[in-house]
Amino acid sequence: MAPAVRPRDEVVCAVRGLTKTYPAVRGRRGTPATPEVRAIDDVRLDIRRGEIFGLLGPNGAGKSTLVRQLTGLMRPDTGSVEILGHDIVRHPERAARILAYLGQESTALDELTVSLAAETTGRLRGLDVRRARSERDAVLDELGLTAIAGRPLKKLSGGQRRLACFAAALVGERPLLVLDEPTTGMDPVARRAVWSAVDRRRAEHGTTVLLVTHNVIEAETVLDRVAVLDQGRIIACDTPAGLKEQVAGEVRVELVWRERAPLDVPEVAGLRERAAESGRRWTLRLAPEEARAVVATVTGGAAFAALDDFTLATPSLEDVYLALGGAARQGLVRT
Amino acid sequence: MVLESGREREQRQVSVVPAEVLSGGAPAVDEPVRRPAELGPRARLWPSLVAVYRAQLSRARVARIPLLFVATFQSVGILVMMRGVVEGGREAESVVAGSAVLVVAFVALNLLAQYFGQLRASGGLDHYATLPVPPAAVVLGAAGAYASFTVPGTVVTAVFGCALFGLPVTHLWVLAAVIPLAGAALAGLGAACGLLAPRPELATLLGQLGMSAALLLGVLPPDRMPEPVRFLRDLLPSTYGVEALARTFGKGPDWAYVGVDLAVCAAVGVVSLAVATWAYRRAAVR
Repeated sequence: MAPAVRPRDEVVCAVRGLTKTYPAVRGRRGTPATPEVRAIDDVRLDIRRGEIFGLLGPNGAGKSTLVRQLTGLMRPDTGSVEILGHDIVRHPERAARILAYLGQESTALDELTVSLAAETTGRLRGLDVRRARSERDAVLDELGLTAIAGRPLKKLSGGQRRLACFAAALVGERPLLVLDEPTTGMDPVARRAVWSAVDRRRAEHGTTVLLVTHNVIEAETVLDRVAVLDQGRIIACDTPAGLKEQVAGEVRVELVWRERAPLDVPEVAGLRERAAESGRRWTLRLAPEEARAVVATVTGGAAFAALDDFTLATPSLEDVYLALGGAARQGLVRT
Repeated sequence: MVLESGREREQRQVSVVPAEVLSGGAPAVDEPVRRPAELGPRARLWPSLVAVYRAQLSRARVARIPLLFVATFQSVGILVMMRGVVEGGREAESVVAGSAVLVVAFVALNLLAQYFGQLRASGGLDHYATLPVPPAAVVLGAAGAYASFTVPGTVVTAVFGCALFGLPVTHLWVLAAVIPLAGAALAGLGAACGLLAPRPELATLLGQLGMSAALLLGVLPPDRMPEPVRFLRDLLPSTYGVEALARTFGKGPDWAYVGVDLAVCAAVGVVSLAVATWAYRRAAVR
């Protein structure tokens, strides 16, 4: 282990002024023109040793673009990325020797068996045959994949395939793991396997994790710190609890109407302009007293007949995202 | 483990802050770590080439078998068809050699172009690009595997053709040189097409066109072709594989010419694989 006095303060990955603009595309037959898009706008980040650092944002917020620049897959227009003291913008090829990356695509591994996918990835990470095989066996065992080791990835369910790709990412130890939505499609057992494998590596080797997610529940439960990304900018960066404190004075009320809202009830009509509507569902962010009054209104009297369901909840990171001015109304998920 | 202060080997950037101060508890949050950590090992060319080759070969079991059969059936079908037109002699030699090498063009050029085109479009190259593997290992490993896929089909086609047209099988051993060298040339072209094409449909199109050219210009005897077509035929690398094989059916083949033909295949192979490696590097980091 490193003899550093405060290992948690060591910056593993430092990003400064990172900017990436996709050029405008002229329209052709069948494809409309797209204007210039600033995918990443002056991003500054410090990821510390041993933490699980999250990038949270809706689809299209720039998470994947940012990660591609951190992993050396894409060159930024301006700005710097330094991982463990190495300049990744100038030497993108060094990223592969510092970090393991789990992307969203598995096409390179789809036609291999789980076992061969893990072994080959280990070999391409510089391990010799014996080492690659023993690490492969250990990782497959750790993740509960031994029983399906001989099956090709494309014959597996989405969650199992994702877990197999995660296994491949773990063969050949790296101090930094970059995981782009690793648990998509996984059942709770597989998710637990992922997070306990991550925790073991943090405890034993001080491994740092950069996690990309649009799942707010996962973000709240596993992340040490989270950067909220919206339209290429970081609009907040703190611990999940710290972020939620920003909206601590609010309660989220969700009302689901049977068919449509009873707008003939004046109290309900008055709520409409403060609600975010999504089909039959109204979402309101209110002070606790107001929330109590609303619940009293809709659970008694004429409105109750039109009510299908309601929930009252403390704020989540999704509320933080919206309170901070996040533009997308949809795109973050709670599953 | 990574930042062991006793093990840093080089101080790339000179920090004005002494290391003791940084590790002694100064808030290091704002300043990046100044001492570059030790990098993980780089995968060496041969071991990683072998690993890619092995992984690609295993894909045949899962994915490619139907198409390998198609490649062989197509060539066997052409042989049967041409039997009604061609009597024997030099023309028969061209037909048999052309059909055998066509299997190589189908698999190594066409299917490899499609594979790399799809891999690039779907983001599958990211997997390799985030591993410390030499680009040449990925390209050569895949090209080698696709060239290997052609072996059974090419041998079956050549033997069947010899039986059908009554040609001697004495010198069919020359396939041991023709398949790898024509395979290298055509797989290199296929990989380059797949990695350079901006869209996967274009990669498929280029692969198909290349295979059609190998079919039309390789199988038909060249003597009856008009001059411009014969010139096109000379530009096609598969032609030299066809010529090399066709020469060995006659009595007392001129091995010098066979050697020159194979050397052309080898040269095209070296150039096209180098281009494919360059194209891979370009496609991997955008």
